[in-house]
Amino acid sequence: MSVARFWRNQIARYNLVGTKCKKCGEHFYPPRNMCPACRRDGQIEDFKFNGHGEVLTFTIIHTAAEGFENQTPYVLGIIKLQEGPSLTCQIICEPESVYIGMKVKPVFRKLGQDGERGMIYYGNKFIPEQC
Amino acid sequence: MRDVAIIGVKNTSFGEQWDRSFRDLVVDAGVGAVEDAGIVGEKIDSMFVGNMSGGQFVEQEHIGALIADYSGLAKDIHIPSTRVEAACASGGLALRQGIYAVASGIDDIVIAAGAEKMTDVPAPKASSALAAAADREWEGIMGATFPGLYAMIARLHMHKYGTTSEQLAEVAVKNHMNGQFNPIAQYRKPISVDSVLRSIMVADPLHIFDCSPITDGSSAVILAPADIAHEYTDTPIYVKATGQASDTIALHDRRDITTLDATLAAGRRAYSMAKMEASDIDLVEVHDCFTIAEICAIEDLGFVKKGEGGIATQNGETAIGARIPVNTSGGLKSCGHPVGATGVKQAVEIVEQLRGEAGKRQVDGAEVGMTHNVGGSGATAVVHIFSRNR
Repeated sequence: MSVARFWRNQIARYNLVGTKCKKCGEHFYPPRNMCPACRRDGQIEDFKFNGHGEVLTFTIIHTAAEGFENQTPYVLGIIKLQEGPSLTCQIICEPESVYIGMKVKPVFRKLGQDGERGMIYYGNKFIPEQC
Repeated sequence: MRDVAIIGVKNTSFGEQWDRSFRDLVVDAGVGAVEDAGIVGEKIDSMFVGNMSGGQFVEQEHIGALIADYSGLAKDIHIPSTRVEAACASGGLALRQGIYAVASGIDDIVIAAGAEKMTDVPAPKASSALAAAADREWEGIMGATFPGLYAMIARLHMHKYGTTSEQLAEVAVKNHMNGQFNPIAQYRKPISVDSVLRSIMVADPLHIFDCSPITDGSSAVILAPADIAHEYTDTPIYVKATGQASDTIALHDRRDITTLDATLAAGRRAYSMAKMEASDIDLVEVHDCFTIAEICAIEDLGFVKKGEGGIATQNGETAIGARIPVNTSGGLKSCGHPVGATGVKQAVEIVEQLRGEAGKRQVDGAEVGMTHNVGGSGATAVVHIFSRNR
């Protein structure tokens, strides 16, 4: 991923800042600049999520995505945030300990990097609330 | 709008084909379909080619022109040729565009083809190319893989409905059972539930035998107005309906992780257009890119109640000769999944079945068949219904 492409979403990725439609009250993370319900009538503004959520579903990945080979097995989940939206993220915990409905909170972590000398990506992963 | 019929079909063999190039495969399928229809190149008004990622798999874009060129349809006769892309639903969409062209009255004879050459790159590169069908910025960057996304669907399906790993395995077992009788299939060998469960874990709960393979292959069909189809063949197969739908690109934004709303919507549109319901369908080719995908598909298309796809498969309801035969070709699992070709291959299978030419896979008395082709984790779905009767 190019530097500019990552930098564009840096605030959203670092600080869990998404958006909210003032018209209908729907929250979006990842951020959307158009409300799918109100479309052109929507009023979008930034919204910082509190980060608390629960595991909606998960998998333990044994055959890694490119660039994630040294992390296997890793837990990937869909986290439903308290404010409504869901996101895809890694969950840092023992693979045997994760379950559907587990309460989680975000932590700031390295997500990956472009090869040996390339850009390092940071962002959020999630850990169990009681950790 | 005019009624449309399929008058010619051809699949290449599916599998790892190191001796054949991307263009070799499409020309083989295209020429085969033209011969099957008994037409000549000059008769063709336009062509549509489904291809997901020539750019990443063979570093080739401008696929439409390339294929027209190597089929002998570019120089001198300059047939218009259009590439269609919707990830793994590219083939189904190419077919749909071809149907539009004929139904509209603009074109008479149209080729709808699909092709993918996936083994010219190492497997990790192929997986990475496929991952582009998901949301690169918000799924891929987190380490999501395609098996991982479908594994999350499977995990929640198990949690909500009690679906088991054994039931998932039964999908693969049944599809291999069918695929052994398909001369083009990549894997023509029966497997057992035990061998699926003992195969390596890719993304828990999906084992490698829950996943469709990486495949080279191409398929093509020739479309014509129904009114003149009998000039070319004694057994035209009529297109009764085409339905397409979109959903969120990312799995995490879906209304329900265990339901493909795009399949629901495309299916509803197709049933409505054909004035049919699930009980009118004699056999169906569904998009089993993973075993869980077939379970969701037969539920979302209305062949079984939501949540009962696993148990229905385990009870044998989807086998050849049973209530609703699913994936008589062997599906993506056993026949192979050259992503751009799959949607067209499904139509070729249904045509062979409705013509009564499917050999040991034949569904007795099949009159009406359906195809279901999915892009990504469910952001695109295309459903077609075909019939022996106009």
